[in-house]
Amino acid sequence: MELGRYANFIVTSYALVAAVVLILIVWIAIDYRRQKARLRELEASGVTRRSGRSAADTR
Amino acid sequence: MTLLDLANPTKFLSLTARVLPWLAGATAIVLLIGLYQSAMAPDDYQQRATVKIMFIHVPNAWLSMFVWGVMSLSALGTLVWRHPLADVAAKAAAPIGAAFTFLALVTGSLWGKPMWGTYWEWDARLTSVLILFLMYLGLIALWRAVDDPSRAARAAAILTLVGALNLPIIKFSVDWWNTLHQPASVMRMGGPSLDKAFLIPLLVMAVGFSLLFVTLHLAAMRNEILRRRVRALQMMQASKPAA
Repeated sequence: MELGRYANFIVTSYALVAAVVLILIVWIAIDYRRQKARLRELEASGVTRRSGRSAADTR
Repeated sequence: MTLLDLANPTKFLSLTARVLPWLAGATAIVLLIGLYQSAMAPDDYQQRATVKIMFIHVPNAWLSMFVWGVMSLSALGTLVWRHPLADVAAKAAAPIGAAFTFLALVTGSLWGKPMWGTYWEWDARLTSVLILFLMYLGLIALWRAVDDPSRAARAAAILTLVGALNLPIIKFSVDWWNTLHQPASVMRMGGPSLDKAFLIPLLVMAVGFSLLFVTLHLAAMRNEILRRRVRALQMMQASKPAA
């Protein structure tokens, strides 16, 4: 694979796409953990759903 | 499990937990195949090696419009059918759509500089996509500005449907106006004008990015459902009489 004199533009494009996709994945993963942690804290403090089922249970 | 069952957030979460690992795996495999094919694709006789930027620019550009289309359907679900997951879907899709639109704009600029001699031109296609990006940001700001999700959902749904008018403008801007941006070469009457050597990697990358969207969207919807449960429990906690 020879990128020639446009290598900078091509590599920057692919690196940028990889970085933004990675940021999206990490952001969504962190958000998931944060919401689950909040739900566990609330349940630990005695607040539960009317159904009695765990709000943090996603299965 | 029927479509109606998915209106139940608990059943939706259960389905998501089962489907997400498979979707993530399929996304990674298809994107790796697409990247390999993109790397092995020959240079174009005019664009030279910069044709490789097209393999990421075009899928992001398609998805920037597709995601707004998904949000428009969700907006109808909110306003017309009052589907309980419709506004969850719309809210979860907006940041992902904004990211795809941002990438379409930036990779387009990085292709434009060596090919057109400029990073930016205020032509109809580029300007209408920039407007789409600003509309995504406006929608995200609206969701954040209103505390009550159901009130925010109705306002966001109306804004989304108004914004959908921009989609045909983006699509047909290259036909309606004299633009620097080239006309459609894949989705056009008479079939794609691209050689198979470029068309196949492009389509594989498009499938990979579409799978990526579905995976991220389902995961973001799951987060949004959990966020609403947090809010509901916090309200229950606040309304409890002090001991």
